[in-house]
Amino acid sequence: MKVLVPIKRVVDYNVKIRVKADQTGVDLANVKMSMNPFDEIGVEEAIRLKEKGVVTEIIAVSVGPQATQETIRTALAMGADRGILVKVDHEIEALTVAKILAGIAKAEQPQLIILGKQAIDDDSNQTGQMLAQLLGWGQGTFASKVVVEGGKAEVTREVDGGLQTLRLNLPAIITTDLRLNEPRYASLPNIMKAKKKPIDEKSPADYGVDPAPLLKVLKVTEPPKRKGGSKVKTVQELVDKLKNEAGVI
Amino acid sequence: MAVLLIAEHDNTSLKDSTVKSMTAAKALGSPVDILVAGHNAKAVADAATKIAGAGKVLLADDAQYAQQLAENMAALVVELAGKYDAVLSPASTSGKNFMPRVAAALNVPQISEIISVDGPDTFTRPIYAGNALQQVQAGAGKKVITVRSTAFKAAELNGSAAVETIGAAKGPGVSEFVKDELSKSERPELASARVVVSGGRGMQSGENFHLLEKIADRLKAAVGASRAAVDAGFVPNDYQVGQTGKVVAPELYIAVGISGAIQHLAGMKDSKVIVAINKDEEAPIFQVADYGLVADLFKAVPELDDELKKQGY
Repeated sequence: MKVLVPIKRVVDYNVKIRVKADQTGVDLANVKMSMNPFDEIGVEEAIRLKEKGVVTEIIAVSVGPQATQETIRTALAMGADRGILVKVDHEIEALTVAKILAGIAKAEQPQLIILGKQAIDDDSNQTGQMLAQLLGWGQGTFASKVVVEGGKAEVTREVDGGLQTLRLNLPAIITTDLRLNEPRYASLPNIMKAKKKPIDEKSPADYGVDPAPLLKVLKVTEPPKRKGGSKVKTVQELVDKLKNEAGVI
Repeated sequence: MAVLLIAEHDNTSLKDSTVKSMTAAKALGSPVDILVAGHNAKAVADAATKIAGAGKVLLADDAQYAQQLAENMAALVVELAGKYDAVLSPASTSGKNFMPRVAAALNVPQISEIISVDGPDTFTRPIYAGNALQQVQAGAGKKVITVRSTAFKAAELNGSAAVETIGAAKGPGVSEFVKDELSKSERPELASARVVVSGGRGMQSGENFHLLEKIADRLKAAVGASRAAVDAGFVPNDYQVGQTGKVVAPELYIAVGISGAIQHLAGMKDSKVIVAINKDEEAPIFQVADYGLVADLFKAVPELDDELKKQGY
């Protein structure tokens, strides 16, 4: 079976972001960009399913500017077979991405689509669920374990109270949580091999999707700073302050 | 503006997050109807009638809603959405699961995890793990919104709305529930506890969390953990406080052996009072702590237990 792994190019998770002084957004100039960590887990899971003989082909898909090609190359170096880049030069929202991915899914007919549960830039946590709805498929979000067997996917999910297991008809959508797996690093020979793997370039129009923004961003600001930094010397002083100064115990 | 608020519950009790999300819903308009979709969930619907500001409480009581599978929930909410201008849900793992399906079916964007309602179509939400705040304006269509409930005060509980029983919607039948493995605890729930005691990598092992449990029992607190402690396997995933875990805002948050990674701070920095116990004086957690104690936790936590005991807690 074919599996589609949508990936997003985002500010590297180690970078301390800066809000632009004119409040129009976050400063992305000369900032290190990487694959969204949750998407990396999705790529890894697809590769593991291929190693188990469940999956035959892995297609890495991304929507973004030309530089997004590097992110697709990373997925190819990890073990994806080919890539599709849908070029868009401005930020676009989850619903638009989901519509583009639905178009790709109709063309490629994958049995599984594995996405990160959220991107660490806009923190929306929407694309996989929206895509599932658009395709009429079942979904296993926030997955910490995936077993594909007998035309079904059994997905264990991280939920507020603990864990929940669902059984999904295929084709299905899975979104990854942190504890699903630990993504591998690409080896040098695989990085070299990835350079020869094909990446198709497409546009939203190829899937009949208008990439215009749906929400208007009025401003982006820094959160109010919390004033901390006071110290106490002893446990006794701590208890006294919590009781008599803060009044919280 | 007619608003539909979807209740968060476990078929027996209504979650506090619903009562807080009501405050966001009321800021948008009225009436605010509440949907309780569950199985044998009459008690939840009755509890929801008490939330001040509720127009009516819609109860969809059917076996297919017992676990609130996303596919079935979305089908129901989409069927109801025609009568409403906005649909809201707490941004719990349940709300996050089905609400984007609702938005996609209605062909509108979802506005995730709002922390304030700034106008009838304008909202503020955290991005980049809370390192920036984005103010967005929605377009003309229906609004589909998830609410970070810790950012809103609970509505009063002096209402007396009526319950209206509604039928189930036809789900697509593409998923089935297998099992739940839910953590059982006598302690209050992490998301709504008045006091939270959390441990990090500095706890060194899962067994050492019993040190925190003793403090938690004295203060009637919930026990939480940093992502590092969960990833190390000390405690289950549902303990995790942080951007990708639970967001909490208790009266008192005690962080023990937690360095204070950005993504952890994003999950607890709205707590009223923060205490940090860490032996590393340079740990970033001290920058947000109201009371920092630089000490070895294996000495300080037993001492804290003794001191609380001495004072009658």
